[in-house]
Amino acid sequence: MSLKTILLLIPLLPLAAAAVAGLFRNQVGRAGSHWVAILGVGVSFFLSAYVLYLQVFGNLETLNYSVYTWMVSDGIRFEVGFLIDHLSALMMTVVTFVSFMVHIYTIGYMAEDPGYQRFFSYIALFTFSMLMLVMSNNFLQLFFGWEAVGLVSYLLIGFWFKRESAVAAGLKAFLVNRVGDFGFLLGIAAILYCFGSMDYSEVFGQAGSISGETVSIVAGFEWQWITVICICLFIGAMGKSAQAPLHVWLPDSMEGPTPISALIHAATMVTAGIFMVARMSPLFELSDAALSFVMLIGAVTAFSMGLVGIVQNDIKRVIAYSTLSQLGYMTVALGVSAYSAAIFHLMTHAFFKALLFLGAGSVIIALHHQQDMRFMGGLRKQMPITWITAWIGTLALIGFPFMSGFYSKDSIIEAVHASTRFGSDVAYWAVLLGVLITSFYSFRLLYLTFHGQPRYRVDVGAGDHPPDGILQHAPKESPLVVTVPLILLAIPSIVIGYMTIEPVLFGGWLSDAIMVLPQNDAVAEVGSHFHGPVAMVTHALGTAPFWLMIGGFVLATFIYQVRPSMADQLQQKMPRLHRILENKFYVDEFYQSVFVRRVINIGNGLWKKADAGLIDGVLVNGSARLVGTISERIRLWQSGFLFQYAFAMIVGLIGMIAIWVMLK
Amino acid sequence: MNSTNMLLAAPELWVMVMACVILIVDLYLGEERRGIIHMLAILTLVFAAIITLRADYAADGVREAFAFNGSYIRDTMGDVLKLFSFLILAIVYTYAKFCLRQFRMFRADFYTLSLFALLGVMLLISANSLVMIYLGLELISLSSYALVAFDRDSRLGSEAAIKYFVLGSMASGMLLYGMSMIYGATGTMDLGQVAQAVRSVGSDDPLLVFGLVFLVVGLAFKLGVVPFHMWIPDVYQGAPVVTTLFISSVPKMAAFAMAIRLLQTGLVDMQADWSQMLSILAVLSIILGNVAAIAQTNIKRMLAYSTISHMGFVLMGLLPGTAMGYGAGMFYVIVYSLMSAAGFGMVILLSARGVEAEKLDDFKGLNQRNSWYAAIMAMVMFSMAGVPVFVGFFAKWMVIKAALDAGLMWLAIIAVIFSVVGAFYYLRVVKLMYFDEPLTEAEIDAPVDFRAAISLNGIMMIGLGIFSSSLIAVCMASFGA
Repeated sequence: MSLKTILLLIPLLPLAAAAVAGLFRNQVGRAGSHWVAILGVGVSFFLSAYVLYLQVFGNLETLNYSVYTWMVSDGIRFEVGFLIDHLSALMMTVVTFVSFMVHIYTIGYMAEDPGYQRFFSYIALFTFSMLMLVMSNNFLQLFFGWEAVGLVSYLLIGFWFKRESAVAAGLKAFLVNRVGDFGFLLGIAAILYCFGSMDYSEVFGQAGSISGETVSIVAGFEWQWITVICICLFIGAMGKSAQAPLHVWLPDSMEGPTPISALIHAATMVTAGIFMVARMSPLFELSDAALSFVMLIGAVTAFSMGLVGIVQNDIKRVIAYSTLSQLGYMTVALGVSAYSAAIFHLMTHAFFKALLFLGAGSVIIALHHQQDMRFMGGLRKQMPITWITAWIGTLALIGFPFMSGFYSKDSIIEAVHASTRFGSDVAYWAVLLGVLITSFYSFRLLYLTFHGQPRYRVDVGAGDHPPDGILQHAPKESPLVVTVPLILLAIPSIVIGYMTIEPVLFGGWLSDAIMVLPQNDAVAEVGSHFHGPVAMVTHALGTAPFWLMIGGFVLATFIYQVRPSMADQLQQKMPRLHRILENKFYVDEFYQSVFVRRVINIGNGLWKKADAGLIDGVLVNGSARLVGTISERIRLWQSGFLFQYAFAMIVGLIGMIAIWVMLK
Repeated sequence: MNSTNMLLAAPELWVMVMACVILIVDLYLGEERRGIIHMLAILTLVFAAIITLRADYAADGVREAFAFNGSYIRDTMGDVLKLFSFLILAIVYTYAKFCLRQFRMFRADFYTLSLFALLGVMLLISANSLVMIYLGLELISLSSYALVAFDRDSRLGSEAAIKYFVLGSMASGMLLYGMSMIYGATGTMDLGQVAQAVRSVGSDDPLLVFGLVFLVVGLAFKLGVVPFHMWIPDVYQGAPVVTTLFISSVPKMAAFAMAIRLLQTGLVDMQADWSQMLSILAVLSIILGNVAAIAQTNIKRMLAYSTISHMGFVLMGLLPGTAMGYGAGMFYVIVYSLMSAAGFGMVILLSARGVEAEKLDDFKGLNQRNSWYAAIMAMVMFSMAGVPVFVGFFAKWMVIKAALDAGLMWLAIIAVIFSVVGAFYYLRVVKLMYFDEPLTEAEIDAPVDFRAAISLNGIMMIGLGIFSSSLIAVCMASFGA
């Protein structure tokens, strides 16, 4: 099998699986649909890993080729094409691996759901879309993948479409992403306008040629074209990667089934924005203003979303806010030109965050869809595997030495520290304090869920839908299809950072995809002090992040283990702070009153006056009546009489003779 | 060029022989073994395709070859159109078998008549002299008249056949008259020599212009463009639906080829004149076809008017006289034939137990009865309306682009406006299928080959849209664009 065939199979197998599981759901049945989806995505994973293997050990060159030309219009080519370099191969492998794990896990999680086949079809379709996004070599396909993963995301958030909250969450995700995508589309349009091409290599090759060219968007203000392009593109990333202030959809997306939260809303889709900015590094590098903007947005997100995570009671929402905060870290890294650090954190985060979500899912099944941590506690005895893997995920997340998260997060903090970009000192404090917050809410989650005394009661006669805190059956460890993916995800959560930091971050492995100007190269600055992963740990023991992490641990242990009553006391002592956090800084309320209500009013006005009155009444119905009348008249000519038909032909003939023979 | 070179016409010879074989084999078959006829007919098409594909005349650099002393031509355009004729006729047969069985009309007549019509189609496509054009045309016409009257007990069918026959004979007469003028002016039947003679006589020779008008009238009747369209609605409605299915698809490709042979090969120097004529015919057809279709409640009639407007679009591709335009017209006529086959295929599918589902209301609530069939019909309607991604959009886009490139802005604007008007009646079908309650809950049942064919036919609407470039490239290459 040639390499090009393999590369084509990687996205097409999940697509085929999605088609079979979805369109023939009744024919293949439940088992058939999960087999075909798992097989499709599994093979796709092994092929992706093979491509990565060839790159690491086989010296495979970067491949950039067009698969299919859809059309050529005005010299602009609309193509499907693949750009397979180290960045895309890494992303493909991570995406298909996590997707593969989630597929297996879903067998256990969705076992009793009536929409079983539909779910498998959607997640396989998601895998296809995500692969198209990361493998793309042009902006059109990037946009296609971008929208396609978005589409599947909305479908899956609203998967339980009978639940009103799920439908509302899907709508919210859709609307918020519209805002981001509008910016993204403007960015792509600006690129097309400036460079006359949609192809990455052509655009990047000419990127320098427009530096210094300006555009006047608001009269009197001259903007660098490159800054406009980068900020527009980044607005797209803000929507997809849920950066403040477009972050509001991600916590609500937890209405979707948990495997989706792990796959789409933690490990892969939400990191598409990060990936996109890294891919566009040859453009972003040219605009310091845009990068500062990126960094500050990331810093605000990283810090503030972690704070909100502290007061959440829903186990999935805590992890969701943690995801927001970690995405903020990655964005900060992008902002200081540490693209490779961002991608590195993206990879480690994909593993441990998927692990945490799937662990939370395991708890949720055991407790019969109870997600409120106030009704959990002490589950470590009943669910040992989930408990241990949750610890591993937590340690990775907070950046405990030798765990994967330690290497990626510490590198980001160091890179921010080393950066000289405008605003990097603010960002540095944000990411530094973020470590304390991360550690605190992570241990809070662990303690409330697995430690202490159970805060639920088992009552066999409680009926099918018992009130909160009462369970019909005692919780027990989840089946193998759930625990095996947990274990398989726990392994990379531990070792992947230790193993890969040297090549990925400092060895220039991503340098074929990522362009960094020498004066911006914060990673190289950090790398000059790097003497191997072990030395990095010993060095870290004397630095602030490590002790802040320990501080978070101590604080959480004290409040939630030693003096459990203290949490409530603190809450009462600081009512205002607590209320602000509980209401998530009132961002939703702000949007509701400023945008949503006004838009609804404008919409109502347009509907009644403009649409119903003018357009429907006069234009549409008026012209329809006109056409209808004419149409009825024409119908009369079609009398059915042969002589009239013949007459029409003769008239036509005579008319033509008159015009062309007589008159000319 | 002056040799007989019979083997070049092997596809035609094969179809002719097989049509006769089927005629004879049928004598020995009982009612219950009629399936063999169907298999033989499909076999005929498959082998005809294989023979056509073995285009050994196309040695390096040589793109065309002649037989029968230059009156027969093989070239890329002809081969491609023939191959699509085979494909579409195979689809037609698959639909027809089911339909004829339901209506208890499963006789060999349909197969032999349509195979002879196919022979006419092939001859017309490959015609390189005026005589051959007339021969092919009459072979199609005579077979078609009989096919329209195929259901002997149907009053509407007989009426339609008479109308078709009388009007068709008139049109043939006019065409023949035009040919005689051309012959009179040029002294030759061979189209290549006609072209040379026109150059020496001068394209403003009154005799030639007179002949051209009559030729265009004959052509316009065959394509069914305004004002020579009157037969189309009555014949489409009156004929049995299988016949409508046939005459609305395959012969249109032959009519396109006839236009190319006559106008592009023979009378290319008179392009200024015929371009004007075609543009008026095209505009009238696009306007009248789309507007009149709105008032129809009978789906066969609605599709008839839709055909009229589609043929207007085909003319739009022809009339700029550019290679791009010819390619666009060819792409359009192929796409149209596929869409038309799928549309009438759906009508057949819904026809239950000898009653044709010819009312638009029969499509009400189809989605509730069977969502896949509703999806197919929706794709066909979207494609006919020219909604992007579906193949019909690319067809419209290319002919409009050809007109724009030739500076015919006004024509393009009219075409776009009336495409929008036309979208109304296509989308009305979609609305009926998805938003109305079904009139009947009856199960829609069809044999497996029918289901496969209609699914394939429906998927083509979107598949050829996404992967349109290769077919477009083939059409363009036929004219060296």
